[in-house]
Amino acid sequence: MNFRKYLVLAGVTVFAAAGDAMLSHGMKQTGSISLNHLQGVIFAVLNPWVAAGIFLLLAFFATYMTALSWADLTYVLPASSFGYVLLALVARFLLHEQVSPLRWIGIALITGGVGFIAGGPALTEHPRESKQGARATEIATKAPLCDSAQGTLLAKNARNGAPTGVQS
Amino acid sequence: MKGVYTWGAILAIVFASVVGDVLLARAMKQVGDVGALRRRAGLGIVISRTLSNGNFILGVMAMAVAFFSLLFALSWGDVSLVAPAAASLTFIGNAVAARIFLRERVDRRRWIAASLVAAGVALLAG
Repeated sequence: MNFRKYLVLAGVTVFAAAGDAMLSHGMKQTGSISLNHLQGVIFAVLNPWVAAGIFLLLAFFATYMTALSWADLTYVLPASSFGYVLLALVARFLLHEQVSPLRWIGIALITGGVGFIAGGPALTEHPRESKQGARATEIATKAPLCDSAQGTLLAKNARNGAPTGVQS
Repeated sequence: MKGVYTWGAILAIVFASVVGDVLLARAMKQVGDVGALRRRAGLGIVISRTLSNGNFILGVMAMAVAFFSLLFALSWGDVSLVAPAAASLTFIGNAVAARIFLRERVDRRRWIAASLVAAGVALLAG
């Protein structure tokens, strides 16, 4: 984990929270959409808040995919849930909404959960990979300028070729 | 009776989004470290390799199923029940699925984190 990767995780959090907030703000302006009036969707997309929200959610998806490419799902998901906390803080201090004590407890729980995983490793090193396999993976991931095909193949062989019966 | 439909739709959301998350996570592990790949092959390669990955396509489809299940659930039940229930059950389901299907080491630290976040989300959205 380096600074750049923490930046990507921050992007996942901020883009999701800001995108949701803008989308919900815009949809409240355009009014409800029913199945009988599907053309309402087009007007909704023309609303600048909705358009900006969709753009931010695309940015969220891109950063989320980036994070998943080098970190475990069970690491990225709790980390990205910090967006809920940001939303509550924005609601309280920028929109001056009431935040009930129960919600403050929720904020504390999420913050605590994020703190728990932040201290641990981001990616599972698979123990069933032999030493050779680990080296192949390292070649695949670290060789910066070589054509990646060979490295990827090596890593794939290492992954598939683990001796049987060493599940988990 | 409406409660049964609502919980059925909630379980459908949870199931579809867990499947989607696992498939997307697996797809991105196959694509490899996006930052490193972009530096040596360019952004175009990253995007085309991601979009042409089978797991990625299936994952996005599962996410679409989850989204439509959410619409159904919202038409049967209150948002104050559906949103927190679906979100927090998805956290728990993902921890289990990541351990089984992605072979991630979900140690005690991560179980506690997933449970705390699930509880927190339930309180926050409720």
